Amino acid sequence: MATSEQTDKRTGRPDEIEAVPVRHPGRWIAAVIVLVVGASIIKSIVTAKGFQWGVVGHYLFDSRILHGVLATIWLTFLAMAVGILLGVVLAIMRQSPNPIVSGASWLYIWFFRGTPLLVQLLFWFNIASLFPVINLGVPFGPALVSPHANSLVTTFAAVLLGLGLNEGAYMAEIVRAGFLSVPHGQTEAAQSLGMSRLQIMRLVVLPQAMRVIVPPTGNETISMLKNTSLASTITYVELTYSAQLIYSANFKTIPLLVVISIWYLVLTSVLYVGQYFIERRYGRGFTRAERASMRARWLGMGRGGGGGIA
Amino acid sequence: MSELMVKAEAVHKSFGRLEVLRGIDLEVNRGEVMCVLGPSGSGKSTFLRCINHLEKINAGRLSVDGELVGYREAGGKLYELRENEVARKRAEIGMVFQHFNLFPHMTALENVALGPIRVKGVPRSDARNRGQQLLKRVGLGDKLNTYPVALSGGQQQRVAIARALAMEPKLMLFDEPTSALDPELVGDVLDAMRQLARDGMTMIVVTHEMGFAREVADQVVFMDEGVVVESGSPAAVLGSPRHERTRAFLSKVL
Repeated sequence: MATSEQTDKRTGRPDEIEAVPVRHPGRWIAAVIVLVVGASIIKSIVTAKGFQWGVVGHYLFDSRILHGVLATIWLTFLAMAVGILLGVVLAIMRQSPNPIVSGASWLYIWFFRGTPLLVQLLFWFNIASLFPVINLGVPFGPALVSPHANSLVTTFAAVLLGLGLNEGAYMAEIVRAGFLSVPHGQTEAAQSLGMSRLQIMRLVVLPQAMRVIVPPTGNETISMLKNTSLASTITYVELTYSAQLIYSANFKTIPLLVVISIWYLVLTSVLYVGQYFIERRYGRGFTRAERASMRARWLGMGRGGGGGIA
Repeated sequence: MSELMVKAEAVHKSFGRLEVLRGIDLEVNRGEVMCVLGPSGSGKSTFLRCINHLEKINAGRLSVDGELVGYREAGGKLYELRENEVARKRAEIGMVFQHFNLFPHMTALENVALGPIRVKGVPRSDARNRGQQLLKRVGLGDKLNTYPVALSGGQQQRVAIARALAMEPKLMLFDEPTSALDPELVGDVLDAMRQLARDGMTMIVVTHEMGFAREVADQVVFMDEGVVVESGSPAAVLGSPRHERTRAFLSKVL
């Protein structure tokens, strides 16, 4: 075994240290406990009769379920698009020097964060009983068109309004936090180059704010994916409601709930991957070295380094 | 074209009840380098920021190249300039900050080319070529595609100088450009500024670098508590200060 006194004859550099690493028996014990508990849970799930895995397999790619999956993806995408757009507008309004404009944004956020999403959805669904006719025209003036609420606010529109407007309130706070995370010196540097307010926002502040905005937005998207299931309460046919339609006829409730759970898990997993790449895109210029890879962390498990997982 | 680049007459500036500038009078001629010295809190940075309207003055008159900063005068009345007019004037004045304020999400070259492309409408390839030249000139020809985070403070500040120069300003403002740097990195930044002064750039430099002021400045101004205590040639102000306050300050920093 080499000791540190031995030196390379040619370079004069001492040999690499080859010390006996500190052992971590605790990490191995913890890992074994976790594995045993995990294995027993998996075994009970796989062998439980109630799950009826055969039925699950039968319905996993049923056309009605697949249709629901597509509807859920589409709804998530649209509702997040509405929410993000609204969030950016509300966040910019919050920063306005005009107290009426910033106050309006505050009021919006206060209302939509302060009432349950389910209640908001039911409200939009029943809007026709409140305003049978919707007047579009000059405020306090004559109406130009007056469509019936039921023709304008379809079930789909009610779901989209409910989910999107609610999301806007949350996104506004996320975007605002992003704006606040960018130091004021950045704005001043851009101003001194003669850039306009819009250019500063678009080219300097927003790209840096994205680093702070993206992770919670990924979180919101994952929440949204699952919140779309609330649309089932107002008979919009997304993933959950398509499963309900099937099991209300054949009473195979549990297997169908398993089917849609699998689909929700698949979809959120896809979102995880997407988020990873978006985060990497907006992390440019903020870290010198790449983050330690998962592989390196696993290898660190048996070693003495501080990067162990246990 | 007037010989006078910057003219300040009785410039006052308050933040709430705190009066930071209490009547500043000074003149900077085209091609001249003025160094502004003074203890922290004396208002020297604030004055610099007033010149490109990052701060609004409360009283007095401040003009750059014969035009009022932030206002237009017509019929004996002052009209506030609109945002895009202020921006257009700022584009003609370069500013270098104490903490560099480089855009961290852009490479050195992107930082330098951003202003010309977006503000002056210079074609992208021209702006990049010019940016490369400027970065070479400040000794960073090998750091074009490096992000600011991987540059030392001195390198970042030289990118910031190149970024300001890319706009081809008629006046450069330096707000303590070397105060946030490690001592060994100060020299490179001062060299870049010295070069700029030799090329005839009009510069106002807020600094604590007495050696630089003595060597490069045409005019040295000593400020304290929001007023100009004394001004004159470097030899006069630094060599034989007339005012007791100046002497006390210089004895501490020299």
